[in-house]
Amino acid sequence: MFLINCPYCGERDQQEFKAGGEAHIERPKQPTELSDDEWAEYLFMRKNIKGVQFERWNHAHGCRKWFNMARDTSNDEIKAIYKMGEKPPTQ
Amino acid sequence: MTQNLRVKSSEFIDETNRISFKFDGKTYYGFKGDTLASALIANNVHLVGRSFKYHRPRGIMTSGSEEPNAIVQVNPNSNITEPNARATEIEIYEGLEASSQNCWPSVNFDIGGINNFLAPLFPAGFYYKTFMWPKSFWEKYEFFIRHSAGLGKSPNTRDPDIYDHRNIHCDVLVVGAGISGILAAKNSAKNNFKTLLLDEKNELGGSTIFEANEYNKINHNLASEWLKKEINELKNIKNLEIKTRTSVAAYHQYNYLLARENLTDHLDKKNKKNKIRQRLLKIRAKKVILATGALERPLIFNNNDRPGIMLSSAVKKYSNFYGVACGTKNIFFTNNDSAYESALSLHNKGIKVEAIIDIRENSDAKIIKKINDAGIKIYWAYSIVDTRGYKRISSVSIMKLSNDGTSVTGSKISISCDCLGIAGGWTPAVHLYTQSGSKLTFNEERKIFIPKTDTKEQISVGSCGGDFELDEIITNLNYKLKNFLNINKTDFEDITLENDHETSKRNIWLLPSDQTIGKTKPFVDYQNDATAKDIKLALREGFRSIEHVKRYTTTGMGTDQGKLGNMHALGIIADTAGVKMGELGTTTFRPPYTPLTFGTIVGRNVGEFFDVFRRTPMNDWHIKNKAKFENVGQWKRSWYYPKEGETMHQAVQRESKAARKSAGILDASTLGKIDIQGSDASEFLNRVYTNAWSKLAIGRCRYGLMLNEDGMVYDDGVTTRLGENHYIMTTTTGGAANVLGKLEDYLQTEWPELDVYLTSVTDHFATASLCGPNSKKILNKIIPDLDLSDDKFPHMSFKEVLIDKIKCRIMRISFTGELSYEINAPASYGEAIWQKCIEAGKEFNITPYGTETMHLLRAEKGFIIVGQDTDGTMTPIDLQMDWIVSKKKYDFIGKRSLYRSDTMKENRKQLVGLLTEDPNIVLEEGAQIVSELNQKPVEMLGHVTSSYFSPNLNKSIALAVVKDGKNMMGRKLFVPMENKNISVTVANTVFYDERNERLNA
Ligand SMILES: [Zn+2]
Repeated sequence: MFLINCPYCGERDQQEFKAGGEAHIERPKQPTELSDDEWAEYLFMRKNIKGVQFERWNHAHGCRKWFNMARDTSNDEIKAIYKMGEKPPTQ
Repeated sequence: MTQNLRVKSSEFIDETNRISFKFDGKTYYGFKGDTLASALIANNVHLVGRSFKYHRPRGIMTSGSEEPNAIVQVNPNSNITEPNARATEIEIYEGLEASSQNCWPSVNFDIGGINNFLAPLFPAGFYYKTFMWPKSFWEKYEFFIRHSAGLGKSPNTRDPDIYDHRNIHCDVLVVGAGISGILAAKNSAKNNFKTLLLDEKNELGGSTIFEANEYNKINHNLASEWLKKEINELKNIKNLEIKTRTSVAAYHQYNYLLARENLTDHLDKKNKKNKIRQRLLKIRAKKVILATGALERPLIFNNNDRPGIMLSSAVKKYSNFYGVACGTKNIFFTNNDSAYESALSLHNKGIKVEAIIDIRENSDAKIIKKINDAGIKIYWAYSIVDTRGYKRISSVSIMKLSNDGTSVTGSKISISCDCLGIAGGWTPAVHLYTQSGSKLTFNEERKIFIPKTDTKEQISVGSCGGDFELDEIITNLNYKLKNFLNINKTDFEDITLENDHETSKRNIWLLPSDQTIGKTKPFVDYQNDATAKDIKLALREGFRSIEHVKRYTTTGMGTDQGKLGNMHALGIIADTAGVKMGELGTTTFRPPYTPLTFGTIVGRNVGEFFDVFRRTPMNDWHIKNKAKFENVGQWKRSWYYPKEGETMHQAVQRESKAARKSAGILDASTLGKIDIQGSDASEFLNRVYTNAWSKLAIGRCRYGLMLNEDGMVYDDGVTTRLGENHYIMTTTTGGAANVLGKLEDYLQTEWPELDVYLTSVTDHFATASLCGPNSKKILNKIIPDLDLSDDKFPHMSFKEVLIDKIKCRIMRISFTGELSYEINAPASYGEAIWQKCIEAGKEFNITPYGTETMHLLRAEKGFIIVGQDTDGTMTPIDLQMDWIVSKKKYDFIGKRSLYRSDTMKENRKQLVGLLTEDPNIVLEEGAQIVSELNQKPVEMLGHVTSSYFSPNLNKSIALAVVKDGKNMMGRKLFVPMENKNISVTVANTVFYDERNERLNA
């Protein structure tokens, strides 16, 4: 059970949060211009890596804000938490 | 027959408090402080169970939670009986009843015992090899397995006990109250850390507390005496909470641990009453100190499982702690010095020790001299090659070990005994450590897995960290604590220590016998009856990974998770396969460390507290009027209102007719309601719904369909424009929370530039839906001054009105196809408004109807229910709802997906109506649809999604999804059922009032 540091509320138990899949996948601004393959890439293709993964999380039973998390999937270490719209940490 | 083996009064046993208990129907006596195991041994009862596969007699082997054999059924004759309890952990109380498991008809005469002689038929993988084929025999096998397998008896009524949960946040959690745990907790609390100390036993002090080795001294006192003083001091320390009888079951990431606190199991029946039995502690600790100790290893030799064969440390604990002799003629078999200490303890209490058999060549420990002085014979470099005694060990046969340890030589010596203490060294209890996700490292020289790293959040101290001797335990503890807690000094760093040192070591995982391995039974996993032979067979058959060998042989898969024999299994695999143990890795220890009852896990969340449910403001009225309820998500919704003697079908038919003939009323309060405000609200709706919203006039309503980004229908509902920048959206009952979540997601992450605010107001409004041709007249009675003419209050529009000074919103919208008004009142006035409608509607025979009638009425009109007629694979086009998909809008959620090659395919499953040839036959929802009856295999074209008998059309109607259904109008298809084939015709989805004339009736 993670202890997640919501950027708006502080440390809370994982039970209060909902995971929202891979982060930094922007919805295309002009979907109609995309080929089927390009649209499918946006729609379906997600990374599932061993190591540091960037994820979206939502403080569903709290402030309901979405934010990003860099998590090492091999040991569940949370490397960083940062707000929506912010760039992922480089290290 | 029963003999009292109580040898010496013990400070841990209250001999003034005699307790009677029953085991296997017979009454015995013990004392307060005894475990079931110690009390049985005191009564000279060792045979307590039968083994799982071979049904061999088994006795008590340990004195703790690692016990593999003495697994008993508590309160066997009660319907709240509890299986799989360990006799070594049950504290006796007046009236306790327990019985052996896994033996039928009795522990002394066991029919399954024949398996023992059939052993060649039960090799490793027996279950896989035999019971997998032929499959049709499975039922027979299952009967055999269930009947003879000892899984205990589960209770067959509701658990009457009370369980509880508690959240604990602490600075430092110390697990295990042996010498290391006590010193760690004491120093942590003294340095102002809020500290919690847990131990699974009822006494503090671990194994040091009954230590009697005069060579191990602290400040010139016996270690046990010194520790008792330390324990006494704990009482006066602030910041320290101590819980005994509390077993840590799981250690999750981020120092989140679950522990079971046992509060009443040791009390007699009278004192258990109305008390919380167990409490699940949910602990979040800033720092965790693991001081979980070590488990003694058995030795693996031929017939090492007879009753009376016990761990050497257990023999010592029974004598020193419980004052009980495990036998009158004891032998010890060892590969290290610890057995000598056990032997000496017994000897000093006047219990006879016949001999010590040591596989080592010699030892220069000081304690050896004491043993020699006591006249106890030591056999150096000998091994036990066999044991005798069916229900209790009676003798051992020993032979000289060869230098390389792989064979035995010379003549066989037989020594009689009634108890054999075995000492195979120690395994650090790293179970919790590995559960936390931390990695182990193998020390080849000492043959132990130890924690690889301490971190800022977690350390392992004492023997679970690999420190076994007193001086290394204390020195390393002092050093680690200071670092971990960042303190300058501990209160024990100046103590003087003296202890014996072990210098001679010899480890043989599988001890040789004079017989070939095929003829021997060296048990590695006692609970699952896996022998070294099984492990070797698995290796011969090509298994290499420890995880595979484990499953194939079932080694380590019992309720004890192989706490005793796992290391030997690894060692035997490594030796046989010629690899290093460290390279082999170890199996994963999974939570719980010891089994938990379901009661503890669920705590108070039972019965009506299992899940929350939501009731509408009109709920009391529904109950008074005998409604039957249906669960919709968390809501309790009125399903139908049967009158005296009516079946559900009759009630629904009556309700459905009334709603179309005169007037009906439905509680629609459960529909999700989201208040949407902001200058970009219209634009936002444009993006989330498939149709256009910019031109919706204030005061008007519109039906909207929401898709997922993959183009599939997600939710639907009517949204009303309340003001320039103000809308109220309704969602399906079950989808409300998800829709809000999805909308918030888009607003926060994709369109943060939009000025839109969302508020869930589902619970703020109660909704009474008036429907039927007389609904206008009823509403007029309630609000006489509101102009209800079609000009002033047309279909799909909204008015805000006062009813008895209560501000209500009325939407003229319809889910039944009839003239219909939805009155939304503040929730607290919901029942009053409902009551008003009922009163006003009396003269029109207003009929309350529930969800079933609502479903029927909307099916007559071909209106979909998201989640019933759709399943996440239906696009609006599949639903034949092309009309609601805007062609003009540049984008909306899911739009692009409607143009993917797959979603544009012609022959997708599409929503159609179905009419049965025989109008009286009602199809089953979920039934498959085919076009050919004689084709094999037949192609499934789709399935029925909604089906009813329509009283208004006097025939059966159904909605279905059918492959290429759009092009099948009028086609005859079949719905094959178990004993008949039903002929159906594909029809339009709208069965009733196709021209929507009744909306303005
Ligand atoms: Zn938050």
